[in-house]
Amino acid sequence: MAEAVTTAETTEEVHTHHGEPDFWSKYIFSTDHKMIAMQYMFTGMIMALIGGYMAYVFRMQLAYPGESVPGFGTVTPLAYNSLITNHGAIMIFWVAMPILIAALGNFLIPLMIGCDDMAFPRVNRLSYQIFLLSVVVLLASFFVPGGGFGGAWTAYPPLSAQSQYNLTPFGAPLWLLAVALEFVAFLLGGINFITTTMNARAKGMKMYDIPIVVWMIVIASILFMASVGPLIAGAVMLLFDQVLGTTFYNPDAGGDPVLWQHLFWFFGHPEVYVVLLPAMGVVAEVITVFARKKLFAYKTILYTTFATGILSFFVWAHHQFIAGIDPRMAHVFTVTTVLISIPIAEMLFCYIATLYGGSIRLTTAMLFALAFLAEFLIGGVTGIYLGSSGTDIYFHDTYFVLAHFHYTFFPIAIIGFFTAIYYWFPKMFGRMMNETLGKIHFWGTIICFNGVFLPLFVLGIGGQHRRIYNFKNFPDLATPDMHNLRIFATWSAVVMLLFQIPFLINFVMSLFRGKKAGMNPWKANTLEWTAPSPPPHGNFKEMPVVYRGPYEYSVPGREEDYWPQNVPN
Amino acid sequence: MSFQAPIATSRSATGIPTGRLAVWWVVVSEIVIFGGLIACYIMFRLRHPEWGEYASHTSTPAGALNTFVLLTSSLAIVLAHQAAEARDLTKAFRYIWCTIGGGGVFLLVKSYEWTTEISHGYTLFANNFWSFYYTATGLHGLHVIAGMVIMGIISIGVRKGEHLPRVEYIGIYWHFVDIVWLFLFPLFYIAK
Repeated sequence: MAEAVTTAETTEEVHTHHGEPDFWSKYIFSTDHKMIAMQYMFTGMIMALIGGYMAYVFRMQLAYPGESVPGFGTVTPLAYNSLITNHGAIMIFWVAMPILIAALGNFLIPLMIGCDDMAFPRVNRLSYQIFLLSVVVLLASFFVPGGGFGGAWTAYPPLSAQSQYNLTPFGAPLWLLAVALEFVAFLLGGINFITTTMNARAKGMKMYDIPIVVWMIVIASILFMASVGPLIAGAVMLLFDQVLGTTFYNPDAGGDPVLWQHLFWFFGHPEVYVVLLPAMGVVAEVITVFARKKLFAYKTILYTTFATGILSFFVWAHHQFIAGIDPRMAHVFTVTTVLISIPIAEMLFCYIATLYGGSIRLTTAMLFALAFLAEFLIGGVTGIYLGSSGTDIYFHDTYFVLAHFHYTFFPIAIIGFFTAIYYWFPKMFGRMMNETLGKIHFWGTIICFNGVFLPLFVLGIGGQHRRIYNFKNFPDLATPDMHNLRIFATWSAVVMLLFQIPFLINFVMSLFRGKKAGMNPWKANTLEWTAPSPPPHGNFKEMPVVYRGPYEYSVPGREEDYWPQNVPN
Repeated sequence: MSFQAPIATSRSATGIPTGRLAVWWVVVSEIVIFGGLIACYIMFRLRHPEWGEYASHTSTPAGALNTFVLLTSSLAIVLAHQAAEARDLTKAFRYIWCTIGGGGVFLLVKSYEWTTEISHGYTLFANNFWSFYYTATGLHGLHVIAGMVIMGIISIGVRKGEHLPRVEYIGIYWHFVDIVWLFLFPLFYIAK
């Protein structure tokens, strides 16, 4: 590939591309940040459908144990293990990460900071290609002898390390390889996000003129980069244990299985904030635009984000209270865990204060943003029970834990994604989405979501353990009351999945038939709305210059209630 | 397929060249990878005093020689950077290849050590000390090989007078690889 790096470009000219690129270089091997964002987004959406299908199958098994599931067949115990393992891994590593970090980061960062592309477009393309390879490896692992990995998404050894326990001799190493490839992809992407935001901002854009969502994606990338390293090292060790027969995690030969838990959660807990922060950023953008009010306490939100990021490295052992760690250590981690709820709560309060006194427009994007605040709050509050070592000893590995983290991850990954897609769809594709279908989708999704997981809190308090294939084998857990709740949760999940059909119809219809959006349909301030919809290669007709912060809405004395960042006065 | 670098690549809001900034972030992500591995080893080592006995089977003179070779190669890449800044292309090219040569000698000594150790029965599976030893030095060795390959590619550009800042960037990376060795050497060779 010939390379022509232009150095020392003093006058910034916008390059117009020469001729129409062919299909392959436009859609498959593109270096354009917007196309890479779309690749990540559509891959993530397909993976979300696969993960959702898995959830449907094992929920049906839990409600009607042993009966044949329509669209799958009878669920064997081995298949059940594989389904729950890969549902968890897919939803976090192949849905939340690509959509919230990679797709939004790629699409928004260059547009919102006013430049034409990422600093390293070819590294960016490589990042997606490695990610795609990880998807292929993961999907291939379902079809090897023994089936997909069945040692739970946390992959605790010795269950994950020895195939006589997990019974998936080929699925386990392939799964681990897929996860490792995915980490490499996001490390490359993260380096790009951080350097681009640090160096490629538009003229006049100072630190505090950067939109919150860009800040959040960059901080999330730094958190990811600083936390994933030990797990990469740990994954190499686990792979050696699985494939070569070393004994890093084998207690019989002097290894230490709890070491993996430390390495996994040292990454795993910051990871929660890696996906949370971009979603929080999206919500910040949406609520200011649709409340027509300046974001309350921009700098405070930023500082609480830093505080969250730093604290997130000191909470990991709250996942291991019953793993035999020293009780005095449990006290320390209880305190740090409860502490981290303070900056997050402060952030939520700032968002609510932004809403106060605003002229709120309840578009679908705004409804999803508000639902994010409400649902995430439930996830956060129930987390306090689990962060306190005393109560966690009872709740550990019950459906209470499961319901808790679904109340955090569902708002983050699913509601956060819908907020973003309903808000930025006009910019991505140049057309508006249908609001009526959007609202049907919204109410269906939110009501059914609560229908799935509120009963699971109750079941968890009742002592229902997480990793059980058939509750009929446990008389204490098979009472009609408990089983009815299980059936209710299952049907809520099925209906919720069906309510995604209006969204898919809306998405495809709007893509081709939607009303033309124009440049700035929401009358928003940030720079992406000064580019044409959809933005062409190179994004802006002329490179924007920034004069003010991103949230100057309803400024007294101005005729318009918004004041774009690039307008001189 | 031609590729034209976007405006974003040449901008520098922080005043630091984008390439240098990116290499430092690469180093950050590498630090946590090696940091995690080394921390695991240290935790095990503290619990197993008998590992000092195993460590005495690694060859301290060979490790010391390798330390010397790596540090000298780091000097060579700094001199290459200096020459590249002065646009003395031949000199820069030669110093880069001196660095690559240093990496080569390092790997030769390393493979001699591994061969001796394996022939004495200290394989990857002998016990957890040796598992850590091969994993850590192997991962480090892979970084040495990667650095050598990248330097080979950069040297081609240097000959044509293109991409001279890359000499500095690979220098940063090479120093990092060097410093990792300075942790591995005492941990696996000296501490008994």
